[in-house]
Amino acid sequence: MGFGPIAPDPDEPLFHAEWERRTLGLVVASGCLGRWTIDESRFARENRHPLDYYGSSYYEIWIKGLEVLLLKHGLVSPQELVAGRPDDVLPAATGGPNVETVLRIVGRGSPYDRPLAALGRFAVGDSVRTNNLNPVGHTRLPRYVRGKVGMIVAGHGGFVFADENTHGRSSTAQHLYTVCFNSTELWGPDGDPNSTVSVDAWESYLEPA
Amino acid sequence: MAARTRALEMILVDKGLVDPAAIDALIETYETRVGPRNGARVVAMAWTDPAFADWLRRDATAAIASLGHTGRQGEHMQAVFNEDRVHNLVVCTLCSCYPWSVLGLPPVWYKSPPYRARVVIDPRGVLAEFGVALPSTTRVRVWDSTAELRYLVIPERPAGTSGWDADRLAAIVTRDSMIGTGFPVVPG
Repeated sequence: MGFGPIAPDPDEPLFHAEWERRTLGLVVASGCLGRWTIDESRFARENRHPLDYYGSSYYEIWIKGLEVLLLKHGLVSPQELVAGRPDDVLPAATGGPNVETVLRIVGRGSPYDRPLAALGRFAVGDSVRTNNLNPVGHTRLPRYVRGKVGMIVAGHGGFVFADENTHGRSSTAQHLYTVCFNSTELWGPDGDPNSTVSVDAWESYLEPA
Repeated sequence: MAARTRALEMILVDKGLVDPAAIDALIETYETRVGPRNGARVVAMAWTDPAFADWLRRDATAAIASLGHTGRQGEHMQAVFNEDRVHNLVVCTLCSCYPWSVLGLPPVWYKSPPYRARVVIDPRGVLAEFGVALPSTTRVRVWDSTAELRYLVIPERPAGTSGWDADRLAAIVTRDSMIGTGFPVVPG
């Protein structure tokens, strides 16, 4: 633990500096280019040295993640980032979406549910154990619930599978469930006897228990 | 970071990848139109209209969309209702997932490592730091937003508000009460 107090600021401004405001707009507008998935952008932000991750503010991580994505997809060059201005090494862009298109995309959102013909493996009330998965790449199964026994409390049908979506494979869907764990299962005798923690877990994260 | 961000914006705008008007419009959207007042309307509606509350339980995405709140980070909504002896609390331990369409952009503390790390192991200790003390008989249900479902807490309607209309009720619904780290605040 050791992260210290949470210290909420009751008078917190929405943005703490002008560059944070610009970052929100820049990152969301860049996402509307449609060149990367939401999970790929999460991985670009999170796949960094812990000192860098924990030492960076939220919007710093957003900028660093955006730089990673732009480099990876060949939209900016390392020279451009160093120089801080565009050069002519890369071909001219075909053009990003205009303001109307961006607002339409953001206002509509991007649904991630994908109906599946096959029934899910689990039903509400089933006891399940999370797999002890430790992939090199991206996953959305938190470390603290791996190898733990919980109960299915909701089934949500097919959803884009984050671990694959990270690699741009947005057509890979799995059944998604909400799995509820008793705190004592997660934390042993130090867990609160009257609290639970739920996560949303894809089917391949789970085995019958 | 200011210079780094400015340079990146200039590169993307000059290359035609980003429309500068889109940046301005997105900032305006989240500064003026998409924020916790949206969620407060949802809660007030749930308090005053049992049919709407029932719809929220069954299909929160559709119920919330009926009030005009849709879009990014609100595509798949789940409403979790506080009850006598049940208190709900929302987190994203993996990053900072948050129901933007009804609560706007998350506060710093919600995105911070202390909240994300501690709320799943010591929810009552975390709540105490927000001035929320619950009896040990109240079950705390923590929802970790690990997929694309986004959680909105529907707090209990405070005593002494009978006969209030939805607008008056919405005014007492705080952002934190819809995350689970607070309660509605009735002016004293």
